[in-house]
Amino acid sequence: MISFSLWDIIRNLLLAARWTVLLSLATFVLGGAVGMLVLFARMSKRNFLRHGAKLYIELFQGTPLLMQLFLIFFGLALFGLEVPAWLAAGLALTLWSASFLGEIWRGCVEAIPRGQWEASSVLAMGHLQQMRHIILPQALRIAIAPTVGFGVQVIKGTAVTSIIGFVELSKAGTVITNATFMPFTVFAAVGFFYFALCWPLSKYSQFLERKFNAAHRH
Amino acid sequence: MPLIAIEDVKKSYGDNEVLKGIRLSVEAGEVIAIIGKSGSGKSTLLRCINGLETIDQGSISVAGAYLGTSELELKTLRLKVGMIFQQFNLFPHLSVGRNVMISPMIVKGMPEQQARELAKQNLERVGLGQKFDSFPEQLSGGQQQRVAIARALSMQPQALLCDEITSALDPELVNEVLAVVRSLADDGMTLLMVTHEMRFAREVCDRVVFMHQGKVHEIGAPEELFTNPKTPELQQFIGMTS
Repeated sequence: MISFSLWDIIRNLLLAARWTVLLSLATFVLGGAVGMLVLFARMSKRNFLRHGAKLYIELFQGTPLLMQLFLIFFGLALFGLEVPAWLAAGLALTLWSASFLGEIWRGCVEAIPRGQWEASSVLAMGHLQQMRHIILPQALRIAIAPTVGFGVQVIKGTAVTSIIGFVELSKAGTVITNATFMPFTVFAAVGFFYFALCWPLSKYSQFLERKFNAAHRH
Repeated sequence: MPLIAIEDVKKSYGDNEVLKGIRLSVEAGEVIAIIGKSGSGKSTLLRCINGLETIDQGSISVAGAYLGTSELELKTLRLKVGMIFQQFNLFPHLSVGRNVMISPMIVKGMPEQQARELAKQNLERVGLGQKFDSFPEQLSGGQQQRVAIARALSMQPQALLCDEITSALDPELVNEVLAVVRSLADDGMTLLMVTHEMRFAREVCDRVVFMHQGKVHEIGAPEELFTNPKTPELQQFIGMTS
């Protein structure tokens, strides 16, 4: 029987952690882009856009990420569309995180005093100009902390994709356990890796929150 | 043809009718004070003139631009008439200079250099030329309000609406803002101001409008209105404030 050293375990987990990081980053960037669209739709004057965005948010926030993943992975296969695991994982996470980011950012935009809208309105700015030059730059300051905080949720959310066979940190943990029969060691190490990714991010989010609250007190 | 024409304007919030058929014409260069108790509709009227509030009936036009609902109609109207608020509403993320420059640049497409010159000129005019690079939070209330005036002027409006612009200021800061408004009046700017500064209204304004329960209750030259109020409501109001 082949024996595995702790280093073997760590090394293989490290390799798999790359995919967790990559998937998280891709989700964050793409989810952010779609989330921005959701935000604009949610705040649009057009009814169908506003209601559409609301429905989207309710749908994706109101169902488990796991279900969304299954629906995309197996559901598309039913229509003859074979999606590779990484694509299904990326797609599901993107749509899921967009629904949260859009809503987080809407809260930030709504936190900007009405006077800012009115002052820019009477200076004859149009809606998009107001958003771009007046509202979003201010909302951004408030949004940084909760957005980074949500990044932590995204990283942990990627664990779910192991279920459709995407080999990231969690899936690698399962595979290695099956080979080594050392579940405790392996999953302790897996847990440690998630912690090492998430904890600094949480701390950073708290730091940003303090920093921008301090700036806000004037 | 008056510069600002308000014709039979009505507005309700639900069952509460706040404007009950307002008629008012303002000639170019006129300075008008709108006085009245809180809840008399004076701020609402002012906010209707540049489309911050919609109206249910009647019409409003400024220099030929009618109040409509489309973004284009509103923009045309707002290029003619500026507004200054009680709470200043400067953009806190932009320097004083940028606050004044931004709208000419993005709305009118003015080149940056020209906008900068214009901003400097208007900040000089309100006595804040040296604050170009400061941020709003570093200024006193009176200074912030003067920046707001410079910002409104930079759009080169034909009329300015002032919504209780000294009400949020500490007493010792009121005069510096009123002095600026007075100089605007002297330069021939058309001003429509909701105010509680009765002495200022009396000294500077050409006409005073007394609003009561959503209507123009009395209107006339300040001397006449203040020394010889005709209606009991205005008599009572003047008795309360002086």
